[in-house]
Amino acid sequence: MIIPISYYLILSGILFTIGVVGVLTRRNAIVIFMSIELMLNAVNLTLIAFSKQFNSLDGHVFVFFVMVVAAAEVAVGLALIVAIFRTKESIFVDDFNLLKW
Amino acid sequence: MIAALFFAFAAVAVAGAILMVVHRNPVYSALFLILTLFAIAGLFVLLNAPFIAAVHVIVYAGAIMVLFLFVVLLMDLEEERVRRHRLKLAQILGIVAAAVLLVEVGVFLKAGFAGAATQGPDGSQIIGDTESIGRLLFTEYLFPFEIASVLLLSGIIGSVLLAKLKLRS
Repeated sequence: MIIPISYYLILSGILFTIGVVGVLTRRNAIVIFMSIELMLNAVNLTLIAFSKQFNSLDGHVFVFFVMVVAAAEVAVGLALIVAIFRTKESIFVDDFNLLKW
Repeated sequence: MIAALFFAFAAVAVAGAILMVVHRNPVYSALFLILTLFAIAGLFVLLNAPFIAAVHVIVYAGAIMVLFLFVVLLMDLEEERVRRHRLKLAQILGIVAAAVLLVEVGVFLKAGFAGAATQGPDGSQIIGDTESIGRLLFTEYLFPFEIASVLLLSGIIGSVLLAKLKLRS
């Protein structure tokens, strides 16, 4: 049986939604970052599924670039979290209100 | 066979994602995310993308998640506190927004995209192996490829700078 592309899209939508819920409901900055990674992965799955659907390799290249961006983002983001932890002794996002006035 | 594999990988991915979001301990969250990432890599193999699947496991499960675990190790681990005003406005809004998003996705998918997969002139399916993707990266996508290296360099410099920063407390 050939899996229709809509199954992959549904799965991707479910994973993306779980990621959104994680970002909006969790307060631990590291878990929020992991949820963002999950959303990026859901989009990657969509790109590869469409790439198969249209018999083209462009989607694969896009996924490659998404991975590059994700790696750079995680490195800088985790460095930021460590820097904030050293000043505030906390990684819970509701303790970070430096920009609030 | 492929259908059974698809449903198995999909179930593992969704279960891992849900457990990642609900688990209170960030170390377990990271481990469940690794499980999800492996399941997604399996789906990539089913989608004729072996190169992307391999890179996915190496970069995500190998590099990024190790980085996450090291940062968790550096922190003084403290379980997320359950607060009385847990379901405050922002979180209710978040859940509503997520529900709306899921419904949107469902409606969009119900509208359907049921066309058969496109095939090459000889009825073949393209396979994303290392050679073909490398060929594409070094010809058509050469400029974005070089820009990506600049992005990675700036990421390295930025994280080193942030790590060495002398912070006033």
